[in-house]
Amino acid sequence: MSAAPAYSEDKGGSSSLGEPEYGHDPKGVLPGNGMIARGKNASDLFPAVVKNVACKNIEVKKLVYVYLVRYAEEQQDLALLSISTFQRGLKDPNQLIRASALRVLSSIRVPIIVPIMMLAIKEAASDMSPYVRKTAAHAIPKLYSLDSDQKDQLIEVIEKLLADKTTLVAGSVVMAFEEVCPERIDLIHKNYRKLCNLLIDVEEWGQVVIINMLTRYARTQFLSPNKNESLLEENPEKAFYGSEEDESKGSGPGPEEAAAPLAARRPYIMDPDHRLLLRNTKPLLQSRSAAVVMAVAQLYFHLAPKAEVGVIAKALVRLLRSHSEVQYVVLQNVATMSIKRRGMFEPYLKSFYIRSTDPTQIKILKLEVLTNLANETNIPTVLREFQTYIRSMDKDFVAATIQAIGRCATNIGRVRDTCLNGLVQLLSNRDELVVAESVVVIKKLLQMQPSQHGEIIKHLAKLTDNIQVPMARASILWLIGEYCEHVPRIAPDVLRKMAKSFTAEEDIVKLQVINLAAKLYLTNSKQTKLLTQYVLSLAKYDQNYDIRDRARFTRQLIVPSEQGGTLSRHAKKLFLAPKPAPVLESSFKDRDHFQLGSLSHLLNAKATGYQELPDWPEEAPDPSVRNVEVPEWTKCSNREKRKEKEKPFYSDSEGESGPTESADSGENGMTPHKSAPQYHGLLSSENMVLSPICPSSDQSEEEQKKVKRKKKAHERKETSESSEEEGSASDSSSSESESASESEEEEEEDQAEPDTWRRKTVRTRGCPIPSLSSSPPIGRHYELPLISPTVTPPSIQPVSPPRVVSNSLVTDLEGLTLTDSSLAPSLLSPVMGPGKRQELLHRVAGEGLAIEYVFSRQPFPGDPHMVSVCIHFSNSSDTPVKGLHVGVTHQQSGIRIQEFPEIESLAPGDSVTAIMGINFSDSTQAATFQLCTQTRQFYVSIQPPVGELMAPVFMSENEFKKEQAKLTGMSEITEKLTLPDTCSNDHIIVQRVTATANLGRIPCGAPDEYRFAGRTLTSGSLVLLTLDARVGAAAQLTVNSEKMVIGTMLVKDVIQALTQ
Amino acid sequence: MIHSLFLINCSGDIFLEKHWKSVVSQSVCDYFFEAQEKAADVENVPPVISTPHHYLISIYRDKLFFVSVIQTEVPPLFVIEFLHRVADTFQDYFGECSEAAIKDNVVIVYELLEEMLDNGFPLATESNILKELIKPPTILRSVVNSITGSSNVGDTLPTGQLSNIPWRRAGVKYTNNEAYFDVIEEIDAIIDKSGSTVFAEIQGVIDACIKLSGMPDLSLSFMNPRLLDDVSFHPCIRFKRWESERVLSFIPPDGNFRLISYRVSSQNLVAIPVYVKHNISFKENSSCGRFDITIGPKQNMGKTIEGITVTVHMPKVVLNMNLTATQGSYTFDPVTKVLTWDVGKITPQKLPSLKGLVNLQSGAPKPEENPSLNIQFKIQQLAISGLKVNRLDMYGEKYKPFKGVKYITKAGKFQVRT
Repeated sequence: MSAAPAYSEDKGGSSSLGEPEYGHDPKGVLPGNGMIARGKNASDLFPAVVKNVACKNIEVKKLVYVYLVRYAEEQQDLALLSISTFQRGLKDPNQLIRASALRVLSSIRVPIIVPIMMLAIKEAASDMSPYVRKTAAHAIPKLYSLDSDQKDQLIEVIEKLLADKTTLVAGSVVMAFEEVCPERIDLIHKNYRKLCNLLIDVEEWGQVVIINMLTRYARTQFLSPNKNESLLEENPEKAFYGSEEDESKGSGPGPEEAAAPLAARRPYIMDPDHRLLLRNTKPLLQSRSAAVVMAVAQLYFHLAPKAEVGVIAKALVRLLRSHSEVQYVVLQNVATMSIKRRGMFEPYLKSFYIRSTDPTQIKILKLEVLTNLANETNIPTVLREFQTYIRSMDKDFVAATIQAIGRCATNIGRVRDTCLNGLVQLLSNRDELVVAESVVVIKKLLQMQPSQHGEIIKHLAKLTDNIQVPMARASILWLIGEYCEHVPRIAPDVLRKMAKSFTAEEDIVKLQVINLAAKLYLTNSKQTKLLTQYVLSLAKYDQNYDIRDRARFTRQLIVPSEQGGTLSRHAKKLFLAPKPAPVLESSFKDRDHFQLGSLSHLLNAKATGYQELPDWPEEAPDPSVRNVEVPEWTKCSNREKRKEKEKPFYSDSEGESGPTESADSGENGMTPHKSAPQYHGLLSSENMVLSPICPSSDQSEEEQKKVKRKKKAHERKETSESSEEEGSASDSSSSESESASESEEEEEEDQAEPDTWRRKTVRTRGCPIPSLSSSPPIGRHYELPLISPTVTPPSIQPVSPPRVVSNSLVTDLEGLTLTDSSLAPSLLSPVMGPGKRQELLHRVAGEGLAIEYVFSRQPFPGDPHMVSVCIHFSNSSDTPVKGLHVGVTHQQSGIRIQEFPEIESLAPGDSVTAIMGINFSDSTQAATFQLCTQTRQFYVSIQPPVGELMAPVFMSENEFKKEQAKLTGMSEITEKLTLPDTCSNDHIIVQRVTATANLGRIPCGAPDEYRFAGRTLTSGSLVLLTLDARVGAAAQLTVNSEKMVIGTMLVKDVIQALTQ
Repeated sequence: MIHSLFLINCSGDIFLEKHWKSVVSQSVCDYFFEAQEKAADVENVPPVISTPHHYLISIYRDKLFFVSVIQTEVPPLFVIEFLHRVADTFQDYFGECSEAAIKDNVVIVYELLEEMLDNGFPLATESNILKELIKPPTILRSVVNSITGSSNVGDTLPTGQLSNIPWRRAGVKYTNNEAYFDVIEEIDAIIDKSGSTVFAEIQGVIDACIKLSGMPDLSLSFMNPRLLDDVSFHPCIRFKRWESERVLSFIPPDGNFRLISYRVSSQNLVAIPVYVKHNISFKENSSCGRFDITIGPKQNMGKTIEGITVTVHMPKVVLNMNLTATQGSYTFDPVTKVLTWDVGKITPQKLPSLKGLVNLQSGAPKPEENPSLNIQFKIQQLAISGLKVNRLDMYGEKYKPFKGVKYITKAGKFQVRT
């Protein structure tokens, strides 16, 4: 709405309703809104107001909207008059106007326009502007509430928007998801990691919604991190095993352990995605918004391993400084948490001390928390504090304090006597409410050990003269009756007094008098027979039928009648049966089955629309569902890579925790990173061998040799496909020995740059296998076993990989062997990794500083439109190079450079690698920039091969065909070629194509057809490549792309690569 | 989420209502009035009330109730936080959040509410963006508006909503570029009868007033950042930077905002700047009592303690008080039974005291508890925790800003039990 000004461009008819008429005196609008604000009906003004919708004055226009939205439901026909204005707005070139038009249109609650709204939402969902998409997300629940039949279509839109990568949209679409289809948890899988990663940048309101949703999601997808512990708690007899470590590791598979659930025997390893969620939400505990802090707190409470939950306590205590409403909600939640995890809040005990100025409802909640936190060690302090509270002027609070003392006394046996004494002293308090409450609590306490407290009962008996509060009198009478044996002299006297005042008593007291009489009659009938009969006769004529009933019933029971009633023989057993002591427990017990922080938890009742927090699953669902194939490799490998990449520059705190942390981060952690360098030697050489042939001019003989060797390697590989890993490993080792004889320079590199290689290998391991869509997608788990069981030397394999992981490996490998053999090579396609290094600055020109670069083909962190270029500096001079950074850049239009952080110093003989991002804006123009050291400046330029300007996209064959059909005519470039003999094998073809262009392979039914897809980085236009090799040796290459220039160049490059 | 909002004044009139979805009748507020009656005290109205068809979540701010109507499950803090944000925005726009101010600016209020929520879900809540959309009223502008017929609605598009830093508006220009930081620390304490500290803690905030042109990138560093135990940040602060270097690095919003709030670790002993000697007693069976309090400076780090006010909620049986103050003036409100003593500055030579007699209702039993004393004070130029700002650097802009830091220590919830 705010964007209204641009509506004024609507000329045409609206100008006749121009400014002079409505600008100064917007007829009807202002008074109309004033009436709305006061809740009066202003609907008579509707026609007059709606006319103003096309008015130019912005303020008037806004007010018209307010009015329109308010009354459209009542005056639907008239409201329709305004629709066309909004429809025009939906097509406006300005994104803000499109957004506001959609916003108002979707707020008009008129069922007739549902189809128009649906159409508008669908269109807006694929709008270029994230702001418009956000508005579309907002419109979804509006439409849903207007017409729930649209659900299926709306879910499609939600699905589409969930895949959106901007922070602006994330919060709103999750909100829509929660309102429309919270049960469709499957829509989240693919977006889970993205949401986790975006979370910190989403605005506060969105954060709350996303965190709450992810809590529910995690409960369905991961295993309980506390499973082993809870097992211990349930079977305390197992504690002799010693620490839970022993238990979980299953040191000796004894017979009773075999009976335990499977999970208990397995060491628990937290799913990396679970860890990701916990890690990414933790910083939000420091948000300024109480709602966000609470959301994170509940997430930790419900999802984190016990040992980690503690971090939330500090943040929650901080919220207690906030407004009293916030305090109220936070304390409710703290009360629930403190029952389950008392230790967490114990250090903050004093923060819950009560001030006389706190509102009563806050005082009572704080008291609840204090009581929950009381234990053997802190009880003296807590009781001393309670003593001050008892003297408060706020009587409700005092009563609650007395209750709290009672609860402390029941929970902590050591202080029971102290508490009881304290309470007895309160009996002499002048305030009746205090006394009454004390009596009630004392009664409960005495029931636990009545025999020792005859004195107290006597004291209580004396109180009957003074105390008037019915509940207290009733409690005393009950106590005397129950324990009349302990006070044989006093009891009949009390009954005598009560009989005198019977008619004046309250109902509950009367009932207890009858009770007392009956009990005394049974134990001491000599003294009390007459009294009892008197009381019963009084009761017989009471006004209250309950009391009359009770009297009749009691009489029949205790007074033996002629019929010799069997009941009366057992009367004593009936009345004087030992009664279990009441349990004083918190009203917050078991409230945690509601999701904390929710409305339902606060009310302790299920609110409308509340989504149950599911229990942890017994067996974790397939974690691979969260793997994402498109478009920037997998998110997981991405995450890992980014971390790897960042490490050298910013020692990020994030870097410390690897993605596969096990809950007991002890010796049995998998620590893939630590072991990684050890097999670099093996893998890196493979990498070299398989490195693609670049169509660049300076291609050396050396490389061609490599190609040949590689061919050999692949031939070998195909023969031994089942033992593929070993094959590749042995390949690599053999090729390594070969390459050892090659130029010295290369070997130098190999040793000097473990960093680069490591990065490459990591990428290799984490890469998605696009063509495996038919078999289960291989995720990140794949990376561990792929190397560890076969390649890794035994020394770095302290614990065999956990079963979950190896299982998935097995299935994955099965998937591989079962699928078409043509798919197998594609498994290796990502292995081929980045292109060849090219020289940026020769060491002679650079006075000892040699610079090389390589297109790493990894998404550039921070900007997906940038090509990430791995720049490798090595200093072969004998003086350190200092202050290495990118200086002034003069770019062609559109090219932008994200510089690498300055390299402070590079010692002689050292080398270092940095990553920079270049947005080539989809052209092969060179990016020229200045590299400065402290002393020198070098002008360098990087020209990208066309194949590096894109990133792979994954799609199904059908989608591919559909997209291809859209890109015909001018956008299609076809070229014939003859494949040389060297390309007889489809692996080689795939490998050569992917080496030339950063495209992803699309699975394809026909045997001799190859399809690849990608998107250009800057504009995101599709690039589809089809190679048809069916007709003998005459093949046909087709590229479909909006970007004709890119298409043409790509065809040229690919043909060159294939026909070499 | 949030269905409707009702603004209710202390006497129970609904003076403004706004609906974001279909209209909910005013009668839903009857449940609220019922709860309010039951609670007796405004502070004790439960923030969440469940009614047969709706849930009411309310806050109490500046003598007004903001009552929102909810129909489905939503985190209560979400709504409470939002309502407070609304109240903050009114405060920001009109200088006060009162019934009169809202009634005077009903059109702006309506426009604000319309922008802040879309279909019950918060849309634009950052004050910088809102101010770009809807200009706050000033006297000058209202004069100009009434003459020229223009309006308060900004004619620029809310580009801030599209940027990566939604908290800062674009194109800020000042002739004098200034950045001020107020380090405000509050001492929360409970002192028991004998003068020993039961509980004490320092809560601090840094409020900033930034008037800098363009897109300045500031970094603020402290001499002793380790003092800060638990910090919460404005969204503009780069969390990573704080984690690794303990430096606050941020692109600030324009104008006034709260940069961080923090708590000083509870391990540190908190210096309590004042002490109180008190002697309050009520005699049994006579209708009078004695009241005698004296205030003196304790660990005040050589600074003057000023702005001292003592507030005492006397027991209900107190009818009147007959006191003499050696310094400052006192008032006693016989209706609310609140005694306020405005002391002013402490001079160590002559300690201020307040002495005299208390008249009690005859016949009533003597109150068993002595009232607690709530004390307010202020110390200029001192952050009691010892926190010190080291330096402020600005990147990204060429000009030299004027920088200033002010320290102040205040009493927070400072209570002496007697």
